[in-house]
Amino acid sequence: MSNNIIMDGNYLNIDWANDFDILNSAYIEDPFSIWETLREECPIAHTDRRKSSWLPVDYDVVTKIAHDINHFSSSEILVIPIMDGEPNPAQPILPYGVPPISADPPLHTWTRRLLLPWFSHKSVERYRSMTTELCNNLIDKIIESKHPDGARDFAQQIPVRVIATMLGVPTDMTDTFTSWVRDFLEFADDRERRLNGARGIFTFLIEEIENRKSSPKNDLISELLSSEFNGKKLDSSLVLGMSILVLVAGIDTTWSAIGSSLYHLATNHNDLERLVAEPELMDLAVEEFLRAYSPVTMARVVTEDIEIKGCPMKKGDKVLMNFPAANRDPKVFSDADKVVIDRKINRHVAFGSGIHRCAGSNLARMELNVSLREWIKRIPRFKLAEGGVVTWAGGQVRGPRELPLEII
Amino acid sequence: MKIYVDQTRCQGHSRCYMLAPDLFEIDDYGQSTEKINVHLPSELEEDARLAAENCPEFAIVIIE
Repeated sequence: MSNNIIMDGNYLNIDWANDFDILNSAYIEDPFSIWETLREECPIAHTDRRKSSWLPVDYDVVTKIAHDINHFSSSEILVIPIMDGEPNPAQPILPYGVPPISADPPLHTWTRRLLLPWFSHKSVERYRSMTTELCNNLIDKIIESKHPDGARDFAQQIPVRVIATMLGVPTDMTDTFTSWVRDFLEFADDRERRLNGARGIFTFLIEEIENRKSSPKNDLISELLSSEFNGKKLDSSLVLGMSILVLVAGIDTTWSAIGSSLYHLATNHNDLERLVAEPELMDLAVEEFLRAYSPVTMARVVTEDIEIKGCPMKKGDKVLMNFPAANRDPKVFSDADKVVIDRKINRHVAFGSGIHRCAGSNLARMELNVSLREWIKRIPRFKLAEGGVVTWAGGQVRGPRELPLEII
Repeated sequence: MKIYVDQTRCQGHSRCYMLAPDLFEIDDYGQSTEKINVHLPSELEEDARLAAENCPEFAIVIIE
């Protein structure tokens, strides 16, 4: 068990309907069976742990809440608040938060419009050849390695380099970025560690922004600095918030999706063989991996009391946007718990739904597609290493962090 | 069969464009619009249904 999983020791005694704990190791390792039980017993679970929070598992409830932006604000998107009950030291640095993800309209609307063109279908194609080359360089080393790890040596290395290129920050610092983002997102109960991650990202990006004020470059940060809204240049703190978002949201998430897909292929030989024989199925397979192993859970905060399916949600309560569970709802997906790599009807919401649909979804899809294609082309036969232990991170973002593989 | 994209619902997931690039076009913000606003040739009808059935926002309207 890796140390990023919080061990409770008594997870069998957890009352999932009335006192759920998404940081519990049982939930991180196998949330699927917990959702299945909740669907029958209590499709909107509750806990007073950390803060009064609700956990819906049904597709209709999750998507309804995602669309009801009047009752459910994005001002608290972290599933475990970083500064629970204490004054937020980030407040003076980030008075606007990290928009658009942490904003409601109108701030959400115009900040999102500034970012979206960078992640359009057309724009992400600019990063396809570098992604292909990067994946092949990683695979070269993996083939030679005695103990290759699909998460550490491959999945983890890809999105961070693409995002660093887009932001225009040094790609040789990617290990540092990865460790900051992991500290920030994956160790929700370790306040010092989270603050340390946040501090690292803040300090680094503040300096990058200052540098670009005097010497602009051809990158996202420079463009944000030169952008205007209502005839006014963007405040530096807004540029900082948006840059933090791009860096944080683009790393852990896609890396987790690539890792989970590799995990699936390492443990399901029929699917691997089929994809190798029919690589044209990759687009459908990627959507299916996204559905079945959706990495991201977001949060909302209730703005005024509202009852949802008999649950009295109070102003200030947190609702965990359980997109991963929604994507396994048997009322919406046939054979919901089965991975069907050529599933044709797949209305999944791995990238969320409503106005906060993941702005980077095109980029994530391209990276998933390229990385899996290149992998199975060069490594068509592989499995979990004998005696190796797969470890998972969970909470806000779920994916394998150690994935020891054996190339056959 | 005719189709259109409900502009108030589309959130730019691009699933329709990926599944049926002959039927939809998307702008820099991900917003999708139908390319054909008259009756579809019958060979495109299946693609249209597939796109509608994969849209997470239920934004694609089919008129049979």
